Amino acid sequence: MPDPHAPTAPPARHPGAWALILAVPAACALALAYVGGWLSPQRLTPGRIVDQFQQNAGVHPGYRRNHAKGVCVAGYFQSSGEAAPYSVAQVFAPGQRTPVVGRFAIPGSNPYAQDGSVPIRSMALRFALADGQQWRTGMNSMPVFPVATPQAFFAQLQAGQPDPATGKPNPAKLAAFFAAHPETAAFRAWAKTAKPSASFATDGYWSLDAFVFTAPDGAKHAVRWRMAPQSMDDGAAAPANDPDYLAADLRERLAHGPLHWKLLVTLAKPGDPTNDATKAWPSDRTTVDAGMLVVESEQPQDSGPCRDINYDPTVLPNGIGISDDPLLPARSAAYADSYLRRTSEEAHLPGTARVDTKPQAEARP
Amino acid sequence: MNNPTGLFTLPARILHWLMAAMILAMLFIGVGMVASVSERHAWLLRIHKPLGIAILLLAVVRLAVRLRHPPPPLPADLPMLQKLAAHASHWLLYALMIAMPLVGWAMLSAGGYPVMLSDSLRLPPIFPTNAVAFAVLRHAHAWLAMLLLLTFLAHLGAALYHGLIRRDGVLANMVGGSRKS
Repeated sequence: MPDPHAPTAPPARHPGAWALILAVPAACALALAYVGGWLSPQRLTPGRIVDQFQQNAGVHPGYRRNHAKGVCVAGYFQSSGEAAPYSVAQVFAPGQRTPVVGRFAIPGSNPYAQDGSVPIRSMALRFALADGQQWRTGMNSMPVFPVATPQAFFAQLQAGQPDPATGKPNPAKLAAFFAAHPETAAFRAWAKTAKPSASFATDGYWSLDAFVFTAPDGAKHAVRWRMAPQSMDDGAAAPANDPDYLAADLRERLAHGPLHWKLLVTLAKPGDPTNDATKAWPSDRTTVDAGMLVVESEQPQDSGPCRDINYDPTVLPNGIGISDDPLLPARSAAYADSYLRRTSEEAHLPGTARVDTKPQAEARP
Repeated sequence: MNNPTGLFTLPARILHWLMAAMILAMLFIGVGMVASVSERHAWLLRIHKPLGIAILLLAVVRLAVRLRHPPPPLPADLPMLQKLAAHASHWLLYALMIAMPLVGWAMLSAGGYPVMLSDSLRLPPIFPTNAVAFAVLRHAHAWLAMLLLLTFLAHLGAALYHGLIRRDGVLANMVGGSRKS
């Protein structure tokens, strides 16, 4: 057989052989299609989550599919060294200063939404560590998340889809969603009293999801963190006549000097839920003052350095890892899908929506 | 240099079967991770990057082995078109084995992501940060994966055709020990 000039064996005529030749590659392709979700359209995928955001608020080419309206900021994080015993991440080394590119935003997919339309604000940060690693985080100005799983989050999005007749979410559907999801109670209690703040600077921002620190001795610590504002809320009401007051306020404050937040890291005790962002940890847990976030400047989001950053909360340096919180991989996957859509639109790739060049005033609903 | 046994050399056979498993796994991992919102997404992503770089390194070694030890010739009576298809698909597979990891690496670089192979092992960027380039490279990564899948399926079908229908020793040359006389 090794001699290529020797006559080959007579060709087999068995139809089973031909069937096998077709069946093996076909089975391979089919298995791949199954893994890719093409055979099960009901499976929740990152694409379906992002599609639902688009269903709810339309497509705004070039913008993030959620937290679409925001502003870039830049500054640094000055480590106190107090978190260093719990995490080997270079960002926590004593005296370490790490440059930060961040973004303040409001939730929702409409980049022209009114700042007063929601009580939630968000802070996203990318720490560029000196060793080339990165820490990305996206935080919200509430202590608990409404839901614990991607499936419940998707159901909430679906319930919030505007009714074509009224242009508003159907209250009955929302009520049904909340009735079916009692885990939303803590968030709803918070939302009942929450008012849209007049400034990004006076809000605190919570990681919501749990993460795992790795200490120098290899010990693991489940943590959550929050950014505690050092600017005091003077109780001033948000201006009613300016839909974009948050960016204006930020510009005004930064003109007078940098803004500060303390990074407070809370250490879980055994038994504290790390896989359920709807549940706050008891308030007596040890909290470490890891250092100070200093925000020095702001830039518009359509040209600033935050524009092309995907604030995927699972991009983490050595010393910080993801926990078993099911929202984290879902956020990572959905953010990646959103990032690909908006960068494809920026690239004017065929089949993508055209980037909207309409001035904001015209496009505002 | 010449090939008296008619078999692929042992290093070539080891590399072939090892990389076959790795590449097939990689196709499933890649397709699965972008379609998943569960914890699978996180752990598949953790495997995807180091496995891709391992495939890149092995592909370079394999190319060197192939140039050093040319493979046994195809059967003389194989129709010209099939010979052409065999050669073209083999070189396409080599090109994709090397291009896929490089495009993935460049894509993460262009997206401004740190290219982490483990908790602390980071590769340097090989492309400047540029969102437009990211989008192009990210789509290229997916389309090249589709091309790799189709080429792989054709390769699989052709190998079975040689082994079951033609029984011309081509498959046996790569399988090794089970040669028929």
